[in-house]
Amino acid sequence: MMMTTPNEIGSVEPMACAGLSSAIFRYVGITALLAIACALPFAVSGYRVSQFSQVLIYAIAMLGLNILTGFNGQISLGHGAFYAIGAYTAAILLDKTGIPYWATVPIAGAICLGAGFLFGLPALRLEGLYLALATFALAVATPQILKFKGLDHWTGGVQGIQVDAPAAPWGLPLNTDRWIYYFCLIWTITLFVVVRNLLRGRTGRAIIAIRDHPLAAAAMGIDTALYKSLTFGISAMYTGIAGALGALLSAYVSPDSFPVSLSIKFLVGSVVGGIASISGAFIGALFIEFTPNFADQISKAAPDAIFGMFLIALMYLMPRGAIGVLDFIGVQLRRMAAAKQQRRNRTAG
Amino acid sequence: MQAFLHQLLSGLANGGIYASVALALVMIYQATHHVNFAQGEMAMFSTYIAWAMINAGFSYWAAFGLTLVFSFIGGVAIERIIIRPVERAPVLAIVSVFIVLLLILNSLAGWIFSYTIKSFPSPFPSVAWYGSKYMSSHEVGMIVVTLAVLILVFLFFRFTPLGLAMRAAAQNPVSSRLVGIRVGWMLSFGWGLAAAIGAVAGIMAAPIVYLDPNMMSGILLYGFAGALLGGINNPWGAALGGFFVGVLENLAGAYVVGTELKLTAALVIIVGVLAFKPAGLFGRTLITRV
Repeated sequence: MMMTTPNEIGSVEPMACAGLSSAIFRYVGITALLAIACALPFAVSGYRVSQFSQVLIYAIAMLGLNILTGFNGQISLGHGAFYAIGAYTAAILLDKTGIPYWATVPIAGAICLGAGFLFGLPALRLEGLYLALATFALAVATPQILKFKGLDHWTGGVQGIQVDAPAAPWGLPLNTDRWIYYFCLIWTITLFVVVRNLLRGRTGRAIIAIRDHPLAAAAMGIDTALYKSLTFGISAMYTGIAGALGALLSAYVSPDSFPVSLSIKFLVGSVVGGIASISGAFIGALFIEFTPNFADQISKAAPDAIFGMFLIALMYLMPRGAIGVLDFIGVQLRRMAAAKQQRRNRTAG
Repeated sequence: MQAFLHQLLSGLANGGIYASVALALVMIYQATHHVNFAQGEMAMFSTYIAWAMINAGFSYWAAFGLTLVFSFIGGVAIERIIIRPVERAPVLAIVSVFIVLLLILNSLAGWIFSYTIKSFPSPFPSVAWYGSKYMSSHEVGMIVVTLAVLILVFLFFRFTPLGLAMRAAAQNPVSSRLVGIRVGWMLSFGWGLAAAIGAVAGIMAAPIVYLDPNMMSGILLYGFAGALLGGINNPWGAALGGFFVGVLENLAGAYVVGTELKLTAALVIIVGVLAFKPAGLFGRTLITRV
């Protein structure tokens, strides 16, 4: 599917042409997307810039969810909790210690890695539905834990924590909105490259094998328990990093910024984008950031209902998500190109 | 000691609500092996219907009865229209559909009835006729209603042909179809029944937690905890689990963790049961052949 590389296809002559051209297309496409992503903050107004930063942040969070649910087969309805942990870690570090804002993001990631790994241990015994249930409970309980009086000193209780928005370093001529956007963009690109390499290699094959057939995977010598908890950890780390970036973007965290609906949004976005894909996370992020706006325009009163109906329709129409549809179109185009090439060869020979 | 007894008894009363929710969850789980994440929102929506009817001048018990009928029809409709198309889909798709249903119901309720918090009447007299100060009459009434629901459900499944057919359809769909039971409709009726039981829970809970679109999210969580604790494949175990969770929640809230971390207690129960005794206290352990 998306994972084909030019040197994998090469045995059949016409396919090689198609493969090469599609590789060129891909590089051109990625370069174009990067160029657009870099130019974006200068093309739109201030508020839009922070919306696009939020898209990048959601994309990272959903990428984490995709690793866990799409590639490893563990359903999580509670990733909002890890997002909250990441956000609170960053905010508390900024509030209580003097460390610079950029250092809070990896620390938040590391803490979420640990938290995810620990939650992943009991999750080992839970399959499918039950894991969904346990993580749902986590999502429901999160705001209450954050409001807990005993942690007031750290979390600021119901009021939450206010942090300073980071300013651009090295005298770059960027305002705060644009600088945060680029900061998020750097993180997004790094994390996407990392996850792509991770999933392509030995570890990724193990993760996917556990999803497809846990018993067979165990029989082939994969330490299922370790890999599942690790995947949970890595997934939580991604979402935690996204949370930390989110805290920097909104310059404010409070218990009510992390309701159940945040976790639901993540899952919904992932499913819409295509849960077993890497690039689907982008589409999902665009979807959850911008459809509520559209839904708002259709019906001011019940945007969520419109949003929900969209979703049900999407799920019936494209069960593999947007990426599934794009893939299907890609395969059809390639097939048509190959058929044309064959016809040309036949008439020539 | 008095305070303890008070906490214990009001925990029992709350437990009645959780028991009803747990029973509704088990009803759907047994028939289709789905966990209905939208159960709480369905109950909330039913409660709004009851509220609207009471406001329109119906007497309390007439509104109560009509709401159960509407909920039953609504449950059947949801099963037929939304759930049926994804019946055989992978777990993830089913979970997503339930979640979406939750979103839609929540938003619709907010849209139709507004997000402002409303009070809901209690049918029971405000002065306790039995002269005890441990329980309010609404709490006693809640327990009575819950027990009545449990007994009715038991009688229905035990002594009516339809109940027997529904049990058969849940236990062995293929053979049931061969003897002429319309399995599809039995599943829908299961949903309808679950919706009606949930409606009872919602109506009983509303005077305590007040009526708003998010009123059931905590209750649903306790319902889950109760169902899992009692055993999700055993209706009576689940109901008992619901009562148990109610008591546990109240005692823990009063003496151990404080009222702010009550939901976390539910989370701990859920994760604990799933990790250490997945079948629950009274459930059957399922053994699958590899």
